[in-house]
Amino acid sequence: MSDATRDSLAASAAEVRDWLAANWDPELSLVEWRDRLADSGWGQPTWPAAFYGRGLGAREAAVVEQEFARIGAVGAATAGPRGLAAATLLEHGSDAQKKRYLRGILTGRDAWCQLFSEPGSGSDLAGATTRADRVQSQGEGQAGRAASQRWIVNGQKVWNTSAHHADYGILVARTDWEVPKHQGLSYFLIKMDQPGVEVRQLKQMNGHASFNEVFFTDAVVDHDDLVGELGQGWQIALTTLSYERSGFNRIRGGDRFEGRHGRVYREYERELEIANEPYTWYPQRAGRIDLLLERAAESGAIRDPAVRQDIATAIALQRCANWFSARGLARGPAGSIGKLAASRVARAGNQAHTVISGIEAMFEGDDSPLDGIVGEVLLSTPATSIAGGTDEIQKNIIAERILELPKEPRFDGGPFKDVPRN
Amino acid sequence: MQFEFSDEQAQFRDVVQRFCRDKSPAQTVRRIMETESGFDRDLWRALCGQLGVAGLHVAESSGGAGFGAVELGIVMEEFGRSLMPAPYLASVLATSALAELGESDARDALMADIAAADTIATLALDPQHGDPICRSVSADGGRLNGSVSAVLDARHADVVLIITADDARPTLHAANAGSDGLTSRPLRTMDRTRRLAELRFDGVVADRLGSLTNRQLKHVYDTALVALANESAGAAQALFDSTVEYVGMRVQFGRKIGSFQAIKHRLADLLVDVELARVAAYQAAAALAADEAVSATASLAKFTTSDACMNAAREAIQLRGGIGFTWENDTHLWYRRAKSSEVFLGTPAFHRERMIQEMTA
Repeated sequence: MSDATRDSLAASAAEVRDWLAANWDPELSLVEWRDRLADSGWGQPTWPAAFYGRGLGAREAAVVEQEFARIGAVGAATAGPRGLAAATLLEHGSDAQKKRYLRGILTGRDAWCQLFSEPGSGSDLAGATTRADRVQSQGEGQAGRAASQRWIVNGQKVWNTSAHHADYGILVARTDWEVPKHQGLSYFLIKMDQPGVEVRQLKQMNGHASFNEVFFTDAVVDHDDLVGELGQGWQIALTTLSYERSGFNRIRGGDRFEGRHGRVYREYERELEIANEPYTWYPQRAGRIDLLLERAAESGAIRDPAVRQDIATAIALQRCANWFSARGLARGPAGSIGKLAASRVARAGNQAHTVISGIEAMFEGDDSPLDGIVGEVLLSTPATSIAGGTDEIQKNIIAERILELPKEPRFDGGPFKDVPRN
Repeated sequence: MQFEFSDEQAQFRDVVQRFCRDKSPAQTVRRIMETESGFDRDLWRALCGQLGVAGLHVAESSGGAGFGAVELGIVMEEFGRSLMPAPYLASVLATSALAELGESDARDALMADIAAADTIATLALDPQHGDPICRSVSADGGRLNGSVSAVLDARHADVVLIITADDARPTLHAANAGSDGLTSRPLRTMDRTRRLAELRFDGVVADRLGSLTNRQLKHVYDTALVALANESAGAAQALFDSTVEYVGMRVQFGRKIGSFQAIKHRLADLLVDVELARVAAYQAAAALAADEAVSATASLAKFTTSDACMNAAREAIQLRGGIGFTWENDTHLWYRRAKSSEVFLGTPAFHRERMIQEMTA
């Protein structure tokens, strides 16, 4: 690190320390505190200064984070899909949209969900058939004025984490059926609390209900909530997906405030609890490699050389996967390598937990080892190689975008209305 | 822990890569492997003279060039990529063992000769897992007796180093290749660029260079594992790259075979193998360079890279179809190396076990 860089980092640290000294108060309400964060820009320092941030680089932001952690100050709201909405808006949103939505995302006032996948288009996300049709609002404005236009949405989405308590959704819907499928999609911000939107929970094979189905029946979106240009929906969705793959919506915070007291902490804990509820099984989905050696010692399976082989395989895979992402290699298309690695880790974890548990691998819930954690691992890891894009899709991405191998012949290049579909 | 290559290290890699491209293309590898010795002394002199590879990773205070395990890894990776036919790994083994000894005239002279390419040295290892202690050879009154198989590059080594266990502490001896009572029998090796021989010691008079602690022996072994892991990472990458190139050219059924998902998906899986193996090799080298507890990571890197390399070799042949199985196609040269590296210094299963033992010790 150069001296100049060191000086500028030290300056950032001093500035945020002074600001925290003057403003941080654990007896504020979470909303009051986060309003101060939004006004000052210290809650999301990498966001632009014009939109609740300070335009800082990643290094400075890390310093800011350290200062927050040092005094135990609660940060901006980050849990759940809101980060995906924010990242996408920062890249593609209009200034008016950024002004309108980013503050509520940062303060935690608004929860968000992602409305991309459909029952008929999972891997083939661009084959979405949820439709948005433009209508003139009745009785207000003049014909032809954008502000007087609205979009009517009909169709169904699925796999929508947190949709049951979301205030807004990022929505990809078809606005043109005459053009090839990738060109006919548009990207909208939709208000979830309206008569035309119905949310139903979806139960998974592991018994949790972390996702939802969302049904649209003449739901309404203002034209102002179209992100980017009409027909740009796919390109913008790719931005969202790239952030999703790089783990932008992972759970953060949680335990670093242990032993701290005050109103802001109580409200923050509650917020985390709600936001993280759909994710409680995610560590199990990843294979719980961290538990293997301890479990094997406890069950005595550690004495079995064949079990030790399986444990070694799982641990090695996980370490390599962690090193790979820690070296910053898992960005862009290479994120698919990291995702495939995660699938391998999860499978190896499942295998090792099975051989460690032996007959106990037949149990579930309270009768399964570690209060059901092991059973949950065994029933959750199959989701890892599917959620967020199947392994097969990741392999296509790797082959075509990293290895630059020729594309497969396609049969969906013409106008979308003529493309065979479910 | 996280690390990045420094600019100097990146430049060093460029130099090594250029040397390998110029001096060790596949036709040179083939020419040298067809010779009786499988060794070209001029090439080795160039390697030592131009790149300074011998003793590269050994501290200057121990008579080495003063670079570290990261540079060692860079050289090994590039040598694996190009199948450099040179007794470098043997030299790494020998100099790593010498580096553990305290200063002495004998050690310093030997190290200097090795670095100058005047002497080629190897270290005999226990053949089964590559343990640095050779229990099948004993030292009695300054004379070595016994035999040891699968000694790396023993036929062109001028000096054979060997660690025996019969003194109170393991002891490192140096025997000159021409010594009375030292005979060698070349073994036919599958990898003809990695030659092995069986050595017989019948009352061989050797220099007793000094004794080593268990910690030092472990360090020698871990260094060898890290070196081999980086070599396998490079070899795996070469196999992968050539295969991607091949499926991007080969046409069947009116399309490049690389456009078939059946092929793409196998290569995508293989890329994951290769990338994870590479970070494991780098991480192990960095940990060794930083003098951290490295044994678990070294074993991890050994089995991860050798599995990846073997898998790359199998896929490289399979995806080429018939041509991949022919003598004239170069793929089998790397396949042979992959097979050889899979078991040299211990099988993948042995190192999985060792990793767990190190983690639970």
